[in-house]
Amino acid sequence: MNQFVTVTLNGLTLAALYFVVASGFTLIFGLMRVVNMAHGALYLLGGYIALEIQTRWFEDEGSGLGLSLSGASDTEYSVFAWFVPLVLATLIIGVLGVVLQQVFLRWNQGQDLRQALITIALSVILADQMLAYWGGISKDIAAPSAWPTSITLPGDVRFGFFRGVVVLAAALIIGLGLYLIIKRTRFGKIVRAGVDDRDMVSALGINVNRVFIGMFFLGAMLAGIGGVLGGTMISLAPGQDTAFLLNSLIVVIIGGMGSLGGAAIGALALGLVDAYADVYLVFGDVDLTNYSIIVTFALLVGVLAVRPLGLFGRPA
Amino acid sequence: MATPATAAEPAILRLSGIDRRFGGVHAVRGVDLEVRPGERRAVLGPNGAGKTTVFNLISGEFPPSSGRVELFGHDVTNLPARKRARMGLSRTFQTSRLFAGLSVEDNLFLGALGVGAGHLRMVPSSKDGRLREQARAMASQVGLDSRLDDLVMDLSHGEQRQLEVGMALVAEPKLLMLDEPAAGLSRAERVKLTEMLLGLDESITLILIEHDMDVALRVAQWVTMMHDGAVIVEGTPEEIRGNQTVHDLYLGSGLISHE
Repeated sequence: MNQFVTVTLNGLTLAALYFVVASGFTLIFGLMRVVNMAHGALYLLGGYIALEIQTRWFEDEGSGLGLSLSGASDTEYSVFAWFVPLVLATLIIGVLGVVLQQVFLRWNQGQDLRQALITIALSVILADQMLAYWGGISKDIAAPSAWPTSITLPGDVRFGFFRGVVVLAAALIIGLGLYLIIKRTRFGKIVRAGVDDRDMVSALGINVNRVFIGMFFLGAMLAGIGGVLGGTMISLAPGQDTAFLLNSLIVVIIGGMGSLGGAAIGALALGLVDAYADVYLVFGDVDLTNYSIIVTFALLVGVLAVRPLGLFGRPA
Repeated sequence: MATPATAAEPAILRLSGIDRRFGGVHAVRGVDLEVRPGERRAVLGPNGAGKTTVFNLISGEFPPSSGRVELFGHDVTNLPARKRARMGLSRTFQTSRLFAGLSVEDNLFLGALGVGAGHLRMVPSSKDGRLREQARAMASQVGLDSRLDDLVMDLSHGEQRQLEVGMALVAEPKLLMLDEPAAGLSRAERVKLTEMLLGLDESITLILIEHDMDVALRVAQWVTMMHDGAVIVEGTPEEIRGNQTVHDLYLGSGLISHE
């Protein structure tokens, strides 16, 4: 029973992280019909930038030798040492997303294949540069030392504090914030209108290019936040970029491209299936947990067989 | 009825020698057009005459192949559609161009917001309330006050056309261009539409493409007749009714289509 609760919590928190990353991906697609294949690279780069800021500005050089047998650093990290890198990395990735859109994608508006190839190329280049600079060993962003490492839930279940509280809360706040922006604000109304008819938005006197800039800033920032959360919750390593791009794709294919609610449901489905398949695919002596990815794709096939546009997808 | 060409007032719209080709198709040939402030102008002509292309050239959907477009006394030949909209030009489209996934109120809200400022605002603002008031007032003006919260995709065809006129009007334009507003409307809806157009504020200049002669000739003071991409006749509704060329081409041809 305790194991089931822990595995479920694992799935929920994984889903929270998937949602943060995939929401940016799906919003960009919904408005612009751009499949930003560099979204995973922005995720990983966001994490690495936060790590770099944390180690350069906040690592207390005076204490300890930086070595310890347990692998854990002796350095004390204040709350600032986590939030400052989070905010800066998020903003840097947001600006980078705008640059990417203005320099590479703007003049290829409506050319889906070209845009996909350009963003794939950029993510390959970024992946190599990140490998060259940060190396191939996985690294963690340190959570503030003042935060507890774990919490104890009723039934004596212990679960990581950062993963169980911070990531979950961040996803809820981000989800609610995005919902309010999309439903209640001017920008949100323009974005939803743009999904229906971009030229008409322009005919009303609205500068669509500026709305695109705003959307790419927001979408890329979400990848950046995801990278910092993921880098603290799991770790940063080469290959995480493609892993999170793939996860985002699966989430929005399940949920329906362009739908925020769909991204939430898709992330929940993917997170829970991942977590359960990792643990419960053992039948007597036969251990199939290595094949858990197949269950993920079975989920995908099942959803697409019933709803080809995803659970909340609308025809373009 | 006043002749619109009282030379004292400067033109609100002037097309000079407008040409537009699409590949091998010469859709608009050397069109000159002048519209005075406050004028009610109808553009008539059989299908394929180039009426909608002229509309698109005026509103800035695409540039002319050659020639010059002047709006409100400025050369706008190379300005994009959104800048012309901000100068005070509103238009509707032949096929519905509403935001189907948004409510009636949100559509009108965007219509009012378009020519305003603060498009990127991601937090609610106190000015949103005024835009919403404007949207609601316009909804009742076009008879949709009971459907404010309904999604546009759930409206009937007639209601969608009413909303389109509302979308064009809510921006408080100086020049309003309607592309076949009566298409697909019932008899009663056409009468309502005609009354609404006749009741428009006198300061608004109106250019109308319309196949329905009852609507067009009742609303217009001055009629431009197009055929094969060129203007063939201009005159008052009476003159147009009596013109033999117009009869041969259009009125008496029996080929009037109401798509």
